[in-house]
Amino acid sequence: MTGTKPAAVVEGRAIVQDYYVPGSMFAAGREVRALRGIDFSVEKGKTLAIVGESGSGKSTLARIIALIDAPTSGTLLIDGEPVDIRSKRPSPALRSKVQMVFQNPYGSLNPRQKVGNVLMEPLVINTDYPATERRDRAEAMLKKVGLQPEHFNRYPHMFSGGQRQRIAIARALMLNPQLLVLDEPVSALDLSVQAQVLNLLADLQDEFGLTYVFVSHDLSVVRYIADDVMVISKGVAVEQGTREALFADPQHAYTQSLFAATPVTDVEAIRTRVARRKAARLAAPV
Amino acid sequence: MALLNIRNLSVKFATATGSFTAVDGIDVHVDKGEVLAIVGESGSGKSVSMLAVMGLLPDTATITADEMTYDGQDISNLSASERRRLIGREITMIFQEPVASLNPSFSVGFQIEEVLRLNLGMTNREARAKALDLFRAVGIPEPEDKINAYPHQMSGGQCQRVMIAIAIASNPRLLIADEPTTALDVTIQKQILDLLMKLQEDYGMALILITHDMGVVAETADRVVVQYKGRKMEEADVLSLFENPQHAYTRALLSALPEHATGDRLPTVSDFFVQEVTP
Repeated sequence: MTGTKPAAVVEGRAIVQDYYVPGSMFAAGREVRALRGIDFSVEKGKTLAIVGESGSGKSTLARIIALIDAPTSGTLLIDGEPVDIRSKRPSPALRSKVQMVFQNPYGSLNPRQKVGNVLMEPLVINTDYPATERRDRAEAMLKKVGLQPEHFNRYPHMFSGGQRQRIAIARALMLNPQLLVLDEPVSALDLSVQAQVLNLLADLQDEFGLTYVFVSHDLSVVRYIADDVMVISKGVAVEQGTREALFADPQHAYTQSLFAATPVTDVEAIRTRVARRKAARLAAPV
Repeated sequence: MALLNIRNLSVKFATATGSFTAVDGIDVHVDKGEVLAIVGESGSGKSVSMLAVMGLLPDTATITADEMTYDGQDISNLSASERRRLIGREITMIFQEPVASLNPSFSVGFQIEEVLRLNLGMTNREARAKALDLFRAVGIPEPEDKINAYPHQMSGGQCQRVMIAIAIASNPRLLIADEPTTALDVTIQKQILDLLMKLQEDYGMALILITHDMGVVAETADRVVVQYKGRKMEEADVLSLFENPQHAYTRALLSALPEHATGDRLPTVSDFFVQEVTP
């Protein structure tokens, strides 16, 4: 990691997370170390992408940054202030600073709650705005994320996956957060809807000066949205750097294997593959 | 001659609000030993048309087609026993969710041996030996141990390998893979696609790959059919499709790939596509 600046919106030092796996009649319980000392920092208005496979610990880290789980050890600093949610419940002001958007927009919205109430609930809990003010803010936010005011009284099942993800983003933005933690926000979406949501995230970042921590396993999405990239494997940050540096010259073997596995849509690569198949077919006719 | 030939296939579903057309006049054909990719987004009818071929649609579906032949034989009006001889032996299918496709109550070995006993008339001992061979062919490590494992004890990638082993058990001539790697990580996706392509070449079977991922198409297909809202938008060999896409929707799909982003914004389908097709 390069020099730590006080301007970092969020910073982690040696973050460690252990999970206890309970034993059964035949096996003793054991500790699983999901994160083995992660350091990172993100400056205001920037996007840090966390890349890794299932089981790498990237979502564990996202939950720690979003103040959902407390790390086993290590320090998390929000706006330069150390935060320890284990000993002290986060204040509404702190909660407002950090919000999260989850992967599955079908599971992250209450099916029995109207969209308007979904958006107003963070305000009910964390602010003392009067009801009319809450309603105005929710309607304005709907418009901001590309939905219509008449969607206010509808239920989540009446929306498509892309629209639901917009609602989840709108809910996260209701408290004017500084930091948005996005856990695979577009991987459940179709390609063209994915493009719309990525565009929306880029627009919102410009407009509100938001800082993003963007968890993804899709390198092509990361290349599009990230400023800095951290590659995690088995709870260790194996490589960290700017997007340009990392994509130009991946150093670690694990990063290289991720690149090698990413499908290539380049015309020359397809031409080579088609030629190879033709040759193989001529050599051994079916 | 085409191995599978479908002309003017339509599938309608009876719903509470009237009839809904999921597939609207699709032509599909696949030759022996060919890899055909059917690409489209959710709701494009790409899975439904292949489920219609397999006879796996619910009773609410009405299937009409001018022609539906497999190897010259009409498959639109098969009796149940004729269909069983074909489906699961000559034509097999694997699905998106490998863990959900397997029965959690039986070991994976039992599930593959059941197919071998019922479809190929093997004895228990023959089936066990063949199952181990198939596990080796699809690259499952330590097959002697894994054959007694239950699906929840295996990873998603390993379950998909088991599904593939079951699908190739009867040496099918056509394998239909419905989003086989969508639920998997990118490194596992690469392994599974490589495996499918290797088996396709080794066994000389035709492969229909249903996907929404243009990256998967680029890595596997010989020929591509692009579907949107139940209709075929474009059909081309894979090189021409990527080099020179003819239809606006195909161009939109290709430019929505984040790696093709030129400026700050990603083009979306609606940028390309407002007037050209009214669904």
